[in-house]
Order: sequence, then C-alpha cells, then structure tokens
Amino acid sequence: MLYTNLHHVMTASEHQKLIAENENVMICCGRMGPMCIPVYGIMEDLESEYTHVKFADMEFDNPEAYVIRDVPEVRGFMGIPFTMYYKKGKLVKATSSIQSVSQVKSILDKEFVPVMAD
Amino acid sequence: MTDSTHYDAIVIGGGPAGLTAGIYLSRARLSTLIVTDGVAGGQMILTHEIANYPGVESISGYQLSNIMKKQAKSFGCVIKGNTTVESLNLEGDVKELKLSDGKTYTADSVILTPGGRSRTLGVEGETKFKGRGISYCATCDGDFFTGKEIVVVGGGNSALEEAVSLTKYASKVTIVHQFDHFQAFEYAVEEAKANSKISFIMESSLEKFNGSDKLESVDIKNLKTGETQNFITDGVFIFIGYVPNTEFLFGKVNMNNWNEIIVDSDMATNIPGVYAAGDSVVKRYRQVTTAVGDATVAALAASNYIHHLKINEFHEH
Ligand SMILES: Cc1cc2nc3c(=O)[nH]c(=O)nc-3n(C[C@H](O)[C@H](O)[C@H](O)COP(=O)(O)OP(=O)(O)OC[C@H]3O[C@@H](n4cnc5c(N)ncnc54)[C@H](O)[C@@H]3O)c2cc1C
Repeated sequence: MLYTNLHHVMTASEHQKLIAENENVMICCGRMGPMCIPVYGIMEDLESEYTHVKFADMEFDNPEAYVIRDVPEVRGFMGIPFTMYYKKGKLVKATSSIQSVSQVKSILDKEFVPVMAD
Repeated sequence: MTDSTHYDAIVIGGGPAGLTAGIYLSRARLSTLIVTDGVAGGQMILTHEIANYPGVESISGYQLSNIMKKQAKSFGCVIKGNTTVESLNLEGDVKELKLSDGKTYTADSVILTPGGRSRTLGVEGETKFKGRGISYCATCDGDFFTGKEIVVVGGGNSALEEAVSLTKYASKVTIVHQFDHFQAFEYAVEEAKANSKISFIMESSLEKFNGSDKLESVDIKNLKTGETQNFITDGVFIFIGYVPNTEFLFGKVNMNNWNEIIVDSDMATNIPGVYAAGDSVVKRYRQVTTAVGDATVAALAASNYIHHLKINEFHEH
C-alpha cells in the first residue's frame, strides 16, 4: 500500500465505484518513489482547496491497477506516476511522470470547473 | 500558530536545511514560517534510503522528511507547501515577501534554504517527451525499458552508477558524455567499462529529442568534428548534475560564479538579518547532515540577530 494521506484505491471495482459516484476524480497511480511522492504531496495540499474534486492514489504494482495501466490513453507512457483525471466517469486527461503544482492546477482548473450555485 | 502576516523569521525552502531552521527557531519561541515551493522534505524525499544519517540506521527520505516536518510543527512552526515567492525585499530591518497565495509577509530575519535541483538539458523536445521516453530516475522508470536500447547522458557518479543499474532492464545502454574523460570516481568508471551491455559516445552532446507520440531518436553532435548523427533509441535517462535554486535571489544577495550563495562562518549573507544554509550555499559536500548542520548555525545566528533587534527596538521606544 502507498503510505500517503490520500484515499487509497485498492481494487478495480473500487476504482469503478469512485469514478461513478464522484463527478471529478484525480487518481495518481505510482510507487513510493521520487517522481511520484511530489505528486501525492501536491494532491494532499490541494484537497482542501479543490473540495469539488475527489483525490486518490493507487499502487502501480497492484495487479488491479490494470484499470489505469492498460487504458489506450496511457499507451506510450514510460514514466510513473500515471495521473488520471475523470469527469462523470470518463477519462478526460492523463499525464505521465512528475508534475508541478502549476501543471496539476491548470488541469484541475480546465477540466473540473466548479459549478457555481445560483 | 499565529495568524499575523509578520513573523520573527521566514525560512525559504522546506528541505532538511529549512526544516532544521524551523525546528530551532520555533523551539526558541520565535514565530516562524517556512515557505516551500514543493512538498516539504526537498531532495530528501527523492532518496529511497538514507543510511548515513547518524542515529538512524536506515530510513526512507520520505519518512525522515515527515518526522522533521512533524517536529517543526510541534514547536509551532507554520509550513506553507506548494507556495512560491513572487517577490522579496531583503533590505532594512523588516524583510518583505510576496507569496503566490497573494499575501505579503514580513519578518525580522530570513533564512534562505532553497537547495538545488537536477539539471535538465534544455534542448528541443525535452519537455514534450518527459515521461514518454525521457526520465531522470532509473529506480522509478527502469522497468519500462526492459529489453530496450537506451541512452544515459552524463559523466559523473550518478550517470555511471545508474547506467550500470539500468542494464538490469535494458538490452543496451549507450552513455553520451561531453568530455573525453569522466568526472566519476574510478570504481564507477571501471564498473561501467566492464559491463558488456554498456557502450560510450564521448566528446558528444545530445542536441534534440525526436518522435511523434513517444521518443524515437535523438540527435547527437560530435563536439570535435561538429557532425550530428540521428541515433535511434527507446529512452534517455539524464543525470547531468545539480544546480542551485537561487535564480529568485539574483541581485539580492552575493553569489559566486555558480550561483551559490556566499556566507560567512555564521551562515550570514552580505545582507544583515539574512542567512543561508544547505545545498544552495558555497560548499564542497552536499548531504542531509551538512544541510542540517549549517541550518542549525544559521538558525542560532538568526535567533541572536532577532534578539538584538528586539532589544534595540525596546530601547528606542
Ligand atoms: C537522488 C538523491 C539521493 C541522495 N541521497 C542522499 C543520502 O543518501 N544521504 C545524504 O545525506 N544526502 C543525500 N542526498 C543529498 C541531500 O538530499 C541534499 O544534500 C539535501 O536534501 C539538501 O538539503 P537542502 O534543504 O539544502 O535543499 P533541498 O533538499 O534541495 O530542499 C530545498 C527546498 O526548497 C524549495 N525551494 C527552492 N526554491 C524555492 C523558492 N524560491 N521558494 C520556496 N521554496 C523553494 C525546493 O522545492 C525544496 O523543497 C541525495 C540527493 C539526491 C538528489
């Protein structure tokens, strides 16, 4: 298991449930390594700011992570983590390798525009 | 925790040096803010195992970072992660910083601990193919290149040691290095030369990354003849050293030719009340222990400076 403070996705069915039940989901699929830890840290920091987004991680070497590793959108990815952004159950963006806070924020702001209450 | 935008001390950078300064300053009951543009822990979190930190037989960099962070917070130190310094004025008795949260913070003293980062090549295609064939971490991404032919750029210890470790996965590793000799220790050179999977392209530089969806080839220029060859490869690992994160301090404190901050034996810069510690200062050995050591000195010197400043203010009023 990844020792982060994020919600951990352990199975393919949990993954399915998470993206089905939450409109905006960001899942970082990686290991406890130097390219992944900074992304988990960014997500932990952004959790309180982006309350309309559900943040989670999934261990890259977990066999159940095929739900991330085997999708066509990550073909050509050769660096962990694979970071996935889902809107209404659909994959809208995926990135490979380490990302900065501004890169993550720009994707969140573009893909997950919060709905303003009237 | 204080809500005020004035702190006794502000530490810029949350690696081992910054966290140590935070521990010492807040334990001395000085209100302290650590601002760091990444996750607290700095380069330490990049370290899979730290086995040379006295008193701790073996620990992951991530765990050691978390302990230091917890320790600093337990004394009341405020840590702002993923925050950058937009502008700063270090002159005068009150130092002023504008942060990416849009707020302005002031402090009596500032400790600079921005550390360093991996140097990138800065050539065409590097950003495009990061994670799509270009990597800076062999332990993270080595297995994606199982059975593939790859290039390692660099000639120091990291480059040669990582090239050897990558032969566990890759069928062939070509080391590209700009000089005719290596900067690495002799044992690392010998080990790389003895490995049948490793070959060398010397006195050459990588000029461009090519491909459509993922990296397919690189342009390598022979620096002696000026000729450029298109070299087919599945991946490139870049290990070309570190640079100090001091760009935001240009013109603010004195630095040497390598942009390392110049300090005295109290870790004081040329600006009164401004101290520096860790990998970003002029020094020969860059380790967690040395970062922690000189941050201790910087924090104690800063505490003393703040104390005198407060006494002077008291006498003036
Ligand atoms: C792969 C690797 C393995 C290593 N292994 C070991 C080991 O086994 N043992 C050992 O002792 N040492 C090891 N080191 C070296 C050690 O990690 C460094 O010497 C140490 O982390 C330096 O500490 P620092 O606090 O000065 O800087 P850093 O650790 O670099 O931290 C600086 C922090 O400041 C932040 N920052 C930079 N600029 C700004 C800014 N403008 N505003 C706000 N924040 C900023 C950075 O994002 C970073 O978080 C290793 C280094 C690497 C890269």
